[in-house]
Amino acid sequence: MSEPILSVRDLKVHFNTDDGRVKAVDGVSYDIGPGRTLGIVGESGSGKSVSSLTVMGLTRSKISDISGEIHFGGRDLLTLSESEMRSLRGEEIAMIFQDPLSSLHPFYRIGDQLVEAVQAHHKVSKAAALDKAIELLRLVGIPEPKDRVGGYPHEFSGGMRQRVMIAMALINEPKLLIADEPTTALDVTVQAQILELMIRLKAELHTSIVFITHDLGVVAEMADDIAVMYAGRIVEFGPTETIFDSPQHPYTWGLLGSIPKLDASRDEPLVPVTGRPPSLINLPSGCSFHPRCPYVRDAHKRVEPTLEPVKGDPGHRSACLLDSDVRDRIWEDLREGKLPAEARADVMAGDGAP
Amino acid sequence: MTDRMSDLAATDESRELAHRTDGETLFEIRDLVKHFPLTSGMLIRKQVGAVRAVDGVSFDVKRGETLGLVGESGCGKSTTGRLMLRLLDPTSGSIKFEGEEIASIKPKELVAFRRDAQMIFQDPYSSLNPRKTVGSIIGEPFAIHNLKTGEGERRKAVQDLMDTVGLNPEHFNRYPHEFSGGQRQRIGVARAIALRPKLIVADEPVSALDVSIQAQVLNLLRDLQRDLGLTLIFIAHDLSVVRHMCDRVAVMYLGRIVELASSDQLYGHPRMPYTGALMSAVPIADPRLAATKKRQILGGDVPSPTNPPPACRFHTRCWKAQDVCRQDDPPLEAKDGGNFAACHFPLTDAEVAERVPTARRI
Repeated sequence: MSEPILSVRDLKVHFNTDDGRVKAVDGVSYDIGPGRTLGIVGESGSGKSVSSLTVMGLTRSKISDISGEIHFGGRDLLTLSESEMRSLRGEEIAMIFQDPLSSLHPFYRIGDQLVEAVQAHHKVSKAAALDKAIELLRLVGIPEPKDRVGGYPHEFSGGMRQRVMIAMALINEPKLLIADEPTTALDVTVQAQILELMIRLKAELHTSIVFITHDLGVVAEMADDIAVMYAGRIVEFGPTETIFDSPQHPYTWGLLGSIPKLDASRDEPLVPVTGRPPSLINLPSGCSFHPRCPYVRDAHKRVEPTLEPVKGDPGHRSACLLDSDVRDRIWEDLREGKLPAEARADVMAGDGAP
Repeated sequence: MTDRMSDLAATDESRELAHRTDGETLFEIRDLVKHFPLTSGMLIRKQVGAVRAVDGVSFDVKRGETLGLVGESGCGKSTTGRLMLRLLDPTSGSIKFEGEEIASIKPKELVAFRRDAQMIFQDPYSSLNPRKTVGSIIGEPFAIHNLKTGEGERRKAVQDLMDTVGLNPEHFNRYPHEFSGGQRQRIGVARAIALRPKLIVADEPVSALDVSIQAQVLNLLRDLQRDLGLTLIFIAHDLSVVRHMCDRVAVMYLGRIVELASSDQLYGHPRMPYTGALMSAVPIADPRLAATKKRQILGGDVPSPTNPPPACRFHTRCWKAQDVCRQDDPPLEAKDGGNFAACHFPLTDAEVAERVPTARRI
């Protein structure tokens, strides 16, 4: 892989609240190569948004403790001042949010908001900036951009607003785009339009993308690599095909078992992860997934797993304390449609009762 | 089956069949219409138009089945669900529940019906009163209908319900904010089944939940339906969830039902191009399958329901539309394979195979 655009090392973001210290992100490391898309999946509270907001420098506050390194363009973003971050934001790193209505200012015309995004970083005339705005609106597929540039956000539909947000994010040709659940608020047909647009723009502009979502279907179509997050950590990382073909973490198995498959028999029950995500103030000891893991052994409650390469596949990493051949056999059983309890009985019979 | 259905195609008999079901009918809905008036003027308000949220919908609901209502936002699926429970008053049309007309009866006479028909809402945060304990929220239906009046008796009933939906009965005295989203949705389910209703309308019951929690709630709903013999109207926009839950599915577009078929028929061979486009748009959690299919992207947005396009309402976005689609409104009638669809040019098997990832290799 060529030199990564973004390189995050052991990032920790902790918030000191009245209730205690919330370990929202607790030691996350990843790289994104030029023109690649990294999908970050996980449930609410897994730290997927906080880790990306921190890359943008948007989690700095009195109550937050941030440590680790974020290398981007030869600098460590965590050491930059607020004004240096401001010149970077929207210029080299841009972000698209989930809700396009609340991300656009309702009182200003679309064109003025786009012009502001250009003029914040470049000394150009308003007319030149407006031309650029129209060009971008055309690029993201807004019909009659010359007329629409004078419209207000409420005059656009949800999908069109998200296109405007994408235009605004891309107007300064950033090297990195962070998309935080960009299609979650949209209908499935509009979601398909927006995803197609992002795939096309990525090919044209070679922007690297961090795509945050809880939807495994979306990430399967968008991402080159996937990071699965749980309780503030990456528990599995690998190329998209590998994550779907031979996942190596019980939480990933649980996520895949939770979604109804369009090609499965309708009588098959879903096999969700039992229980619910842990409190980030009071993380379970050892492997933080152990209270929900069907394959837990006693030792897993004491030892913390680290993200290690999977045997025979250096690009694929997993933070699981089970032996890799045990995991292979469990996954094979699950794939055949066995329930976690049966797979456990099959593979782990006789050793290490919980 | 297929032969018989196609023989019937385009006859009046088949049109009637679109609404009919084989089993015992619980609900019978005919030409249901709900228009929300649009007014203007400060003192003297004049009606200047109407949002035609539901515009002539007819279908039957069989006892014990799960019927799905799907479509994009604004298609009228939630309004239909609310009309069925008389949470909204219809503009016109007939709703018969066990043979009795409920579309026009007075609110007082609805009390008995309300015992039999309940609702589960989308947002487990705003649908529970934050100032009441979980025990009193779940016990509220008993209070309204004056049932289980003894203190201990009601408490026992509520705790049994909590146990049924997988909540700890000891948490009886807790408040909603002490529960997670998935648990709150279980509270909503417990409240809905308290009176042993015959029918539950579930409006997007899992779309606010995380995937693993969503699967837990879906499994719960399926178990309850089987154990209690419930009839379920399942309103959702997530097509894979709908397929998992529903026996039959009605696809809505701009206030009309455009396709109605069993789940296997609908997902195996959709006939209405709109249904095909919806299915083609679903992201598939399988990178290899995703790479092989040809995606049918639907251009544009849903037209305004104040001024829907004439004739076939889908013609403005339909890739198969021809002149006749702009002039004649197609009726909902049997098509090849047994689906009922309102379409002049239904999808052929070849078109389905190319575009629809769920197409069964028939």
